[in-house]
Amino acid sequence: MKASGRTTSRALFAYLGAAVAAFAQPASGAWSPTNIFAPDSTPADTIFGLSIFVLAVTGAIFAVVFTLLAYAIVKFRKRAGDDDREPAQIYGSTQVELAWTVIPVLIVVVLFLATARVIASVQNAARPRGAIEVTVIGHQFWWEYRYPDLKVVTANELHIPVSDSVHPAPTFLTLLSADTDHSFWVPRLAGKTDLIPNHPNSMWVDPHETGLFLGQCSQYCGVQHALMLLRVYVQPRDEFDRWIKQQSQPAPVSETASAGQRIFEATACVSCHTVAGTAAKGRFGPDLTHLMSRDTIASGALRNTADNLRRWIRNPAAIKPGCLMPAMGLSDPDLDAITAYMETLR
Amino acid sequence: MSAGPIVLRETGTVRAPLVETLHQWVTTVDHKRLGILYIVYALIFLILGGIEATIMRIQLIRPLNDFVSPQVFNRMFTMHGTTMIFFVAMPLVFGFGNYLVPLMIGARDMAFPRLNAFSFWMTAFGGLLLYFSFIGGDGLYGAGNAPDVGWFAYAPLTSQTFSPGHSTDFWTLALLVSGFGSIGTAINLATTIVCMRCPGMTLGKMPLLAWMNLVMSGLVILAVSPLSAAQIMLMVDRYLGGHFFDTQAGGSAVLWMHFFWVFGHPEVYVLVIPAFAFASEIIPVFSRKAIFGYPVMVAATVGIGFISMSVWAHHMFAVGMTSNSNTFFVLSTMAIAVPTGIKIFNWLGTMWGGKILFKVPMLFCIAFLFQFLIAGLTGIMQGAAPFDWQLTASYFVVAHFHYVIVGGILFTIFAAFYYWFPKASGRMYSESLGRLHFWLFVIGFHLTFDFMHVPGVLGMPRRIYTYEPGRGWDIWNVIITIGAFFQAAGILVFLYNLLWSYFHGEIAGSDPWDAWTLEWTTTSPPPGYNFATVPEVQSRRPLWDLKHPEDPDWKYE
Repeated sequence: MKASGRTTSRALFAYLGAAVAAFAQPASGAWSPTNIFAPDSTPADTIFGLSIFVLAVTGAIFAVVFTLLAYAIVKFRKRAGDDDREPAQIYGSTQVELAWTVIPVLIVVVLFLATARVIASVQNAARPRGAIEVTVIGHQFWWEYRYPDLKVVTANELHIPVSDSVHPAPTFLTLLSADTDHSFWVPRLAGKTDLIPNHPNSMWVDPHETGLFLGQCSQYCGVQHALMLLRVYVQPRDEFDRWIKQQSQPAPVSETASAGQRIFEATACVSCHTVAGTAAKGRFGPDLTHLMSRDTIASGALRNTADNLRRWIRNPAAIKPGCLMPAMGLSDPDLDAITAYMETLR
Repeated sequence: MSAGPIVLRETGTVRAPLVETLHQWVTTVDHKRLGILYIVYALIFLILGGIEATIMRIQLIRPLNDFVSPQVFNRMFTMHGTTMIFFVAMPLVFGFGNYLVPLMIGARDMAFPRLNAFSFWMTAFGGLLLYFSFIGGDGLYGAGNAPDVGWFAYAPLTSQTFSPGHSTDFWTLALLVSGFGSIGTAINLATTIVCMRCPGMTLGKMPLLAWMNLVMSGLVILAVSPLSAAQIMLMVDRYLGGHFFDTQAGGSAVLWMHFFWVFGHPEVYVLVIPAFAFASEIIPVFSRKAIFGYPVMVAATVGIGFISMSVWAHHMFAVGMTSNSNTFFVLSTMAIAVPTGIKIFNWLGTMWGGKILFKVPMLFCIAFLFQFLIAGLTGIMQGAAPFDWQLTASYFVVAHFHYVIVGGILFTIFAAFYYWFPKASGRMYSESLGRLHFWLFVIGFHLTFDFMHVPGVLGMPRRIYTYEPGRGWDIWNVIITIGAFFQAAGILVFLYNLLWSYFHGEIAGSDPWDAWTLEWTTTSPPPGYNFATVPEVQSRRPLWDLKHPEDPDWKYE
């Protein structure tokens, strides 16, 4: 049913001109990794179908009204040879005005019904058994992810399983905020939903393909709103299960705590960060237990390399001015030691 | 065609000293002078808001640019939005309303001249207060100066926790103070239109501009009041331990959103209905035909006024409302397209069969028709809530509302400037400079705002001070910034034209456009008392009746 709707709307859309049509090919995000017209998950796909329908209708209205306006302006311009007499004064016409009231009303009714159907299908979707539950907590300026059923806590890089028709595995996100408003927007997976303090929200995605999907916070949340980036890793089920297993381990415990760990635990680092199985139990900043399993740090702003990690710990504000992690004023040997400790958190 | 009598401007033999002139302007209660004060004040703020926009566009011209810091960028978009809405668009609308409404309904002044002066100075004070934040906003905390919470200042970013110092206080107080001014002016305009029309001018014979200002005034009273209430609540939160919006103490961030948008959406119509008013006066004169479907235009305006009060939460589709709420606001939002569409068709009907003269005011009105059509259609896209889940808070919505506010409202305001400049100054503007302004601005507008839709569709959120390469946004941002410079050049030509023409323009005479409404019966500029004898009218176009006694309008109305 959905497929046939899509085909019809595609046919309508064919008239809309090459430029827009190029966007509308649901490809692998050739224009941009965050192209809303390259959906890869049911909510984004349903929205895409509605978008094409609305674009087709508004495109048709545009073509008609544009033509009428352009015709009137060219046809009824004052010409050089015109006499000075005023044109015939026409004050209105009930039939014509009725026509251009009734036709828009009908168009509005059609658009409204199509829209209402999609709202219900996305917002009121049933939560099947076996769905993955993730609690997303927005912080200034990073993302916390908690998998309550799987006992995993991570930050900034969300891992979810791929969902195909044979093994549907949608992920339901509960959206919370620790401070100001944020918004979760990964355009190829779903529309955005805000994270608002005292106002839990939810949304769901069921990506059809594996891969990395990008997005970012889209509700202004403070100084570093721009670098509150989103990365969603969609993995095959077995790979996802392995990732969960690995993430639920505590940090490797060494008999003799390394120098870096001692400095880490003796510094204010532990007031904000957690390293599971150690004295570090802070919750204000990202959980670092498996830091090195992530591709990026600073909420997607930097590649996770030893060099970047050291620069970041040394002075976070040099990379994300206005971010809430302070520079601890560490000496170079201490920095080296802490960086080395971080590199053990796999 | 009968041209009106040419009246030279009075030139006294002794020029009043500057101090005395200034004193006259500061203490004036004359609606025309207050109108001009509003407009000049708005032009000054237009330049400030334009500079802020330019700074943002330079920062965004390439990825990872460091032209300004994130803190400065965030102040720029907050100040740009607040300035353009509250201290440019509204004063322009009120300025033209003040100047034109009494003249067009044959009155000698507004109903409450002193309230009028009070309202203007409140608005003026509000703007100064907002900009004083650059100096005074640091407060005790050294916490940054100008407001940086965004122009809709979502809670809890405005709480003491997230906004220490005084920058948010300047924002709150500036809007509160100027809001009182706006409500005063709205009461004044509505009273004037209801009570001060000249003999013979029934409600059904008012110029459409008067009707539309009446609806606009009603909307201002209904919309600005909740905004003012919200500002007071925010101040209670910040200084008296209230918890309306303080989420850390159980307050509601969503409550602020409702308060803001129950103001914010009618506000769009507060600005666009006067824009419709200018188009409804100018298009008939330059098409040489009466407005098509006057009663329907009035009904559509009143309809828009009512419906606009029930669409606010379409700004909140991503907030997580229930599917029923979302569905309701989709319906009300799409419903408003009907009366708006009717207006476009009526302007089309007005041009149909006319003899269109492409003077500068008409050029701006024609561009307005096309641009407002597109703005309305992108509005329908965002009215479809699921589509909006993708589009909202992206550059698409930034493009959409600039299409409304610049492409719709500012274009007709430029048209109004050129159309009534001869009346207010007594001199004609330069047609060639006006055309240069038009073309620069049209090119700049379309470079900037047409191409701004694209990065929105490609996932670029608004209010980001920088972005990384590889998202497919780079080239579009370059084009957008180039367009901004064309627009800036257009504005400079416009200002130069106003100044040059004020001193050197040809003498205009009382009726340079061979127009039909009452303001063209008096001298240019009009005397302090407007009309030597109070006019009497028999139809919507009293000057048509006068010029065409063989075929007067009142026979057909």
